[in-house]
Amino acid sequence: MHRTSTISQHDWSLHRKGQTDQERHKQKIREAIKKNLADIVSEESIILSDGKKIVKVPIRSLEEYRFRFDPGRQQHAGQGNGDSQVGDILATDPRPGRGKRGQAGEEPGVDYYEAEVTLDELAAMIFEDLGLPFLEEKKMAEMETETVRFTDVRKVGPLANLDKKRTILENLKRNAAKGDPSFHDLKNDDLRFKVWEPTVRYQSNAVVIAMMDVSGSMGEFEKYIARSFYFWMVRFLRTKYNNVKIVFISHHTEAKEVTEEEFFTHGESGGTQVSSAYELALRLIKERYNPDDWNIYPFHFSDGDNLPWDNERCVGLVRKLMEICNIFGYGEIREGHYRSQSTLMSAFAKIEDEKFIAVTISDKAEVYPALRRFFATRDAVPTLP
Amino acid sequence: MTADPNTNLTYDERYVAELERAVERIWEIAQRFGLDPYPTNFELVPATIMYEFGSYGLPGRFSHWSRGKAYYRMKTEYDYGLSKIYELVVNTNPSYAFLMEQNDLLQNKVVVAHVLGHTDFFKHNAYFKHTSGNMIDKVSVNADRIRKYEFDHGQAAVERFLDAVLAIEEHIDPNFRIKPESATPQQDNEPKKHADSPYDDLWSLAERAARKRDEDIQAWMRTRRRRFPAQPQKDLLLFLAQYAPNLEEWQRDILMIVREEMQYFVPQMQTKVANEGWASYWHARTMRELDLSDGEFAAFAQMHSGVLAPQRMRVNPYHLGYHILQDIERRWDNPTEEERVKLGREPGKGREKLFAVRETESDVSLLRNYLTKELVEELDLYLYRKEEDEWVIVEKNWEKVRDGLVASMTNFGYPYITVVDADFNGNTELVLHHQHEGQDLDLSYAQKTLEYVQYIWSRPVHLETILEEQAVRLSYNGEKHSRVALDKGKSKGE
Repeated sequence: MHRTSTISQHDWSLHRKGQTDQERHKQKIREAIKKNLADIVSEESIILSDGKKIVKVPIRSLEEYRFRFDPGRQQHAGQGNGDSQVGDILATDPRPGRGKRGQAGEEPGVDYYEAEVTLDELAAMIFEDLGLPFLEEKKMAEMETETVRFTDVRKVGPLANLDKKRTILENLKRNAAKGDPSFHDLKNDDLRFKVWEPTVRYQSNAVVIAMMDVSGSMGEFEKYIARSFYFWMVRFLRTKYNNVKIVFISHHTEAKEVTEEEFFTHGESGGTQVSSAYELALRLIKERYNPDDWNIYPFHFSDGDNLPWDNERCVGLVRKLMEICNIFGYGEIREGHYRSQSTLMSAFAKIEDEKFIAVTISDKAEVYPALRRFFATRDAVPTLP
Repeated sequence: MTADPNTNLTYDERYVAELERAVERIWEIAQRFGLDPYPTNFELVPATIMYEFGSYGLPGRFSHWSRGKAYYRMKTEYDYGLSKIYELVVNTNPSYAFLMEQNDLLQNKVVVAHVLGHTDFFKHNAYFKHTSGNMIDKVSVNADRIRKYEFDHGQAAVERFLDAVLAIEEHIDPNFRIKPESATPQQDNEPKKHADSPYDDLWSLAERAARKRDEDIQAWMRTRRRRFPAQPQKDLLLFLAQYAPNLEEWQRDILMIVREEMQYFVPQMQTKVANEGWASYWHARTMRELDLSDGEFAAFAQMHSGVLAPQRMRVNPYHLGYHILQDIERRWDNPTEEERVKLGREPGKGREKLFAVRETESDVSLLRNYLTKELVEELDLYLYRKEEDEWVIVEKNWEKVRDGLVASMTNFGYPYITVVDADFNGNTELVLHHQHEGQDLDLSYAQKTLEYVQYIWSRPVHLETILEEQAVRLSYNGEKHSRVALDKGKSKGE
């Protein structure tokens, strides 16, 4: 060994500084997300993420600010393959969605740090203190069903529970450490088994009856608001019930049951007769969702421009619905200047039942408060385990 | 550095023994080449530790969430195979170099050869002359102090203060060892006596103009309140530590800790191209001397070209430095006829010249002195910028490209900001001045950073800069931002 150099190795297995500070960073992300939930709930990239498990959440406040040159106005140096020319395009920035291009740079504070979180984590934060009001015991809810949850992975276990994917990964890891990353030479040490715990879940069903006005007066914005709301509503109910169904009813002067796709994309023209939707909802409940077995959550979005003579009829139908439903929600989406109450809303004002919840939404950021009002836990109401 | 060496090591002992032999061999080769590195301790560490040291800059440094963020990013990139750190060297005497356990023997041999280039550079380059030789101990003492402050004053308070200090950590004076000029005008500026000539009247014109200017300045100085600081101060961290009105001792200490650690990093930021070029130059030469099998040599060539690969959107310092040094060697080995006659350059002095370059140059001077027209063209360097939403090559003229590169490295790539007034409006308000050299600041970032400065200073703060050719003063008073246009004719801060 040369006097002027040494090689050493230490045991670093208890060293955690990087992880500890990484945890703190994650915690700060969570804090920042919580502060911005109102914006995040109606964030397009999440609502339209279509089942992606990890979503990007734009948050302020975690950028590491410095005095720096404006990267968009600065010249940078780069290197070509030998044949670069002035005018060559090296890269193109993705255009920000929804045609608001060109404005971003003007507003101060539009710098976002994009945090990656799983949809489940995000949902947990949004639903943290939400509950199911007016929960009723249903017949089927009394049936306990025993299910298993796989909770752990161990090196020993019955072969029937072999976790093949993890086993292969272990084998690959071991072989790769020896310089040959391929699957061969399986040893007992590679085997991984799933271990489960029996858990008891209450068999429970819920159905969301999503109703929306698709008359001429409902535009892109209104549909987007409804979509954000239903996205989280269904997600929330799924955390509480085994089985959550959702039926979509769109209506103008007539109501019909439609697919999710149609519900959010199709528009019709013409007037509005809200009662048609409520009648269809009642019929569907009667045919398919026996209130003895189902928790029923009807929610209706409209801009409130109902045919005036229909309003009274609506009030009557809502009362009927509330007899068999857990809660009834009405969301009135009024954008911009049309913020005064609609005639339908005034008619609903007569309903004095705490199961009836009416909200007015005039901005994306109001979806979150609306959700919170709808699912606010009332005192003395039991919730499911 | 204190873990028990007797713990069970899972690592293949044969591997370590072979690596030890290789280190010895590489050391001999390096010495034969004339390299003179610090004694160097190599330590094999797992990837997680490697990435931790990489994100903190030094082992044992104080905790902060931003480091955790960097750690997570680097480690994720490694896990997905997007990037890889081969080595990490700490500039101390003796030096510490960390090798990744997961790398194979050949890779670690290359790394060892590369590291000795770095530790030679640390020992001999002028910019490292004053760096502390025991920085690892210092940072861990600093980390202990900060931990104690967390204990005494609460983690949240310390974190909030660190957030603010780290936002301006680059703003120290790298030339802090150069004595400042005295504030009074220098006497030796007096015009010298000139020999008689037919153009004497020109000199007297110049003298008269100079006298007039001096008088103007004197008059201006008399009418002016006394300004503090008398000269603009580049060292923001020091200035705040000394003069911020309402800081507690622990807060001043944190400012000084961050400043001390930054002083250690600055020479590395100033010599990235030169240092990586030097280390790459020598690992390439050293590996040729080792008896490698064909397979090993191919593996080495692959690793070498991976590390030195040019990139379209940024300049790879390894690549640029390596080629500049090779070019210097070639030009001093085989000078042209013109260079021989005019500059008296003897052939065959390539190596000698390289050793001189490694002693005296920083990146800025290396590029200014040795990035030639031929090299810019051969390396296909260019400048690009954003036009609408496309990034487009806008400049290939070699001088402009060189100057653009030099500008991007000046003040290690950060805007040059000084404290010009600590009692603005007679109200203990702080005025910072951005020395605008053609590039505007990122406005929203500047405002956010100003909030941090205000948090430290605790009184209103201002930043003078130029935005879209208009001199402006950005202000933050703790509650809201404001911005006024400054008349260019008036002097700063009036």
